Amino acid sequence: MTLDVILFFILALIAVASAAGMLLSKNAVHAALFLVVNFATLAVFYLILGGPFISMAQITVYTGAIMVLFLFVIMLLGVEKLRGEDKFPWQIPTAVVLAVALLIEAGYFLFFRRVPVDMSGTASLPETFGGPQAIGSTLFTQYALPVEIAGVLLLVAMVGVIVMTKWNEE
Amino acid sequence: MLPITYYVGLSAVLFIMGALGVLIRRNLIVIFMSVELMLNAANLAFVAFARYYQTMSGQVFVFFVMAVAAAEVAVGLSLIVAIYRARRTVNVDDLSEMKG
Repeated sequence: MTLDVILFFILALIAVASAAGMLLSKNAVHAALFLVVNFATLAVFYLILGGPFISMAQITVYTGAIMVLFLFVIMLLGVEKLRGEDKFPWQIPTAVVLAVALLIEAGYFLFFRRVPVDMSGTASLPETFGGPQAIGSTLFTQYALPVEIAGVLLLVAMVGVIVMTKWNEE
Repeated sequence: MLPITYYVGLSAVLFIMGALGVLIRRNLIVIFMSVELMLNAANLAFVAFARYYQTMSGQVFVFFVMAVAAAEVAVGLSLIVAIYRARRTVNVDDLSEMKG
């Protein structure tokens, strides 16, 4: 139990610190690399929460494909140096106040409005929970139509990207 | 097993940091990265609740979110490239042609 708590707080610290690093870094490449660390930490959380397939999908899709695409675009455009100055001096204080208000609201609902639910009774999981077989059988039986729609969506996105790049070259 | 509140709380903190990034950063690419951070925070809550209720549906939804995020990133980044080619900037303060 204590080991779980220590592990959680170390990982949470890494996740929050890398998110803060992404927010504060002056270089877009550094921001992307901080985000890679954050996504890898979330993959470890998924592993702890009994989702090995989702964890590996997080590594391959997010830290693999999506962040490489981000880095590719940053280097293609050559915009890694970010400008420091702001046109609106009130913007950052206002944003921080709004974020703190949202945090207080979320904390209120999480810790005071509802009784915190305990997972101690659900410690044991079935052996195959979260594995590729369980995910696959759920995907292709209960969620067969959303899978088709997601496939069409990816196809449309691909065609759209090709059309946009072609249109720009004319 | 830890109480689910820990995971949902961490998810809320990460989501708020993403929202803060959207509000304070002026670079289109960094704003887009903050949106990805918000999506991932929501995914963490999904996986935590899937663990709590012992159902696969939460993890399946995370899978769909990943598919949609992949499509969104491809389209969004190509839009950013198109904007950069037309305007030579990715700073949102300079993209104010529609301002009255």
